[in-house]
Amino acid sequence: MNATGSKGGMFDAATGRPALFLDRLGAVIALLIGVALFAAPFVTYRANRIVSGEGRMMWDSVPIAMAFGLMALSVAVALVGTLVRHRFLRLAAAVVGLVAIFPAVGYAALFVTPPDNTFARVSPGTGFWLLVFAFALLCGDSLSRMRLGPWMRLAALGLAVAAVTLLLTSGAWNGLSLLKEYANRADSFWVEARQHVLLAVGSLAAAVVVGLPIGMLCHRVPSVRGAILQVLNIIQTVPSIALFGILMVPLGLLAANVPLAAALGIRGIGAAPAFIALFLYALLPVVANTVVGLDQVPATVVDAARGMGMSKRQRLFGVELPLAFPIILTGIRIVLVQNLGLATIAALIGGGGFGTFIFQGVGQTAMDLVLLGAIPTVALSFAAAVILDAVIDMTKGARA
Amino acid sequence: MIEIEHLTKRYGNTTVVDDVSLSIAKGTITVVVGTSGSGKSTLLRMINRLVEPSSGRVLIDGRDTMSIPEDALRHRIGYAIQGHGLFPHRTVAENIATVPRLLGWDQARIDSRVDELLRLFQLAPDEFARKYPQQLSGGQQQRVGVARALAAEPELLLMDEPFGALDPIIRGKAQEDLLAIQRRFGTTVILVTHDMEEAFHLGDKVAVMDRARLLQYGTPAEILVHPAEAYVERLVGTADRPFRLLSLSTVADALEPGPASGQPVDKGTSLRDALARMMWAGRTEMPVVDGAGAALGKVSVAGILAHGRQPA
Repeated sequence: MNATGSKGGMFDAATGRPALFLDRLGAVIALLIGVALFAAPFVTYRANRIVSGEGRMMWDSVPIAMAFGLMALSVAVALVGTLVRHRFLRLAAAVVGLVAIFPAVGYAALFVTPPDNTFARVSPGTGFWLLVFAFALLCGDSLSRMRLGPWMRLAALGLAVAAVTLLLTSGAWNGLSLLKEYANRADSFWVEARQHVLLAVGSLAAAVVVGLPIGMLCHRVPSVRGAILQVLNIIQTVPSIALFGILMVPLGLLAANVPLAAALGIRGIGAAPAFIALFLYALLPVVANTVVGLDQVPATVVDAARGMGMSKRQRLFGVELPLAFPIILTGIRIVLVQNLGLATIAALIGGGGFGTFIFQGVGQTAMDLVLLGAIPTVALSFAAAVILDAVIDMTKGARA
Repeated sequence: MIEIEHLTKRYGNTTVVDDVSLSIAKGTITVVVGTSGSGKSTLLRMINRLVEPSSGRVLIDGRDTMSIPEDALRHRIGYAIQGHGLFPHRTVAENIATVPRLLGWDQARIDSRVDELLRLFQLAPDEFARKYPQQLSGGQQQRVGVARALAAEPELLLMDEPFGALDPIIRGKAQEDLLAIQRRFGTTVILVTHDMEEAFHLGDKVAVMDRARLLQYGTPAEILVHPAEAYVERLVGTADRPFRLLSLSTVADALEPGPASGQPVDKGTSLRDALARMMWAGRTEMPVVDGAGAALGKVSVAGILAHGRQPA
């Protein structure tokens, strides 16, 4: 253990390094915490869901003793972040901070809302979000300094998911407007969630099925590579709204003239053009990474494989694809994270997904509804990134 | 017996191998030597049809290689290259087992063959079988590359600059290993190199190539003593010629009767090394012993020098 501030001892007895030091990121985190505590409202109170709200500082949001406790704790986390080098202590401080403020903001909602008032809305304020950001930054920083292996990172993600699930199912947050919006839309929330994941993952799967062979073709036949990648590049630059417009006419015609297409739900607007747009955007990363992945397979390895009498098929599946796999997987990671975010725009043309809540919320100036769509989207992208990074590390790790 | 008949390869208007004919005896090492761009690698790669000849043919034991499906042909011919080309995603054991697996050997036979080869190349199976190529040194990787080429007990082994990437000390060791293994299995080896020293050291026969043509094909001594063209003579190096000639003979060839004092020399030592030792020690004679240490006679500076003289 690091001897932090032990009776004037400024140096760690074991390592001889200074036990106390000034961590630059920690200083920024401490500054954020200071602003969050003393200059930003912890929660926002509104008389109903669309009027603009008034901020409440932490000492007005929770009982005064609890406020002092939270502030003392936050200052302690700031001190650890600034002055302590030990990674586990830093992580522990960040986790304690997060575990304290999430239930606290839920409790604040109950505390601030007048009894029997069902119109009033309480949402987390700037101060809360700044605290979350500061603690999460400290948490992420100490985790990355620990250089956890892929399995440990997955375990950490699992713990975080379990904690959030516990928080939401325990009812600790039921007083917050975000969960009130959810309670009004519980059924449609899960329908849209399913639609969102289907759009993002389905279009990715289609892009992989189509993109892998195209990538292999580009690798084998260099003369077509330039043309194919150029076309995919141009598709990437088309804004999504414009792409929807371009797709609307042919899909509308298809639906009007081919009964089967109409029966499958293909129309000028809706999920079909959204799916196709996501698919088209996904093609470039998949194809490009397949080409790069296959290109970087060492020529001597391919030559040796040929010289030993491996057939084209055996070379492709036994040597080239396995060696290209980590890079192809990187492309899939890019697409999945991109698609999970991009799928929100499907709602613009009635394609469903979390974007539905975002655009409804924007229309009604109901920020909580926007958050109901935005927070799960960000969480999904984040989880997908962590999971796929871990998988990529595992596939590389096998031959380190 | 491998017969190369009028083998030619053209790319457009450029001829990279021009009407080369060679006959290679079973169980020998033939070294094809030449500068880069001389066509030596292309010649080698036409034998296992990695490059399709424009004209001419290759017969292995009388059978035209074009009559054998190319993958089946390559399963029968070992292939080792510079930079080893090991599969980085497979362990050492899996790498060595590549061709036996393609041939559908049963697991027990594969395991025992992998084990045998690892021991032969002084790689303890317990330590190395499960390692990945990146975890090995350059010399170890190269040994695994040769072991992999030999895994399916091929009668013919093709080697394209197999030791090119190794430092001089490991290179010398790898050459000795190759000679020992070739003697043990009786494999026919065709090896390509740009290194004259290596060619003379390893080759029973040496084929010298330049600008797509085969200039001379013969034993190292023939090439040293009677270079066919001025280019071969230059390649052989006129200044080095007597020393190269000495390195082709052993002390046993220059054995004289009678005793001598000083550190004895083994009868298998090359005359070049024996001469170097005598110069260093300031002696004119050294006793000669056999492998068991029994005295056989002596060797003298004058006797050695006679072997480096231009034959009449």
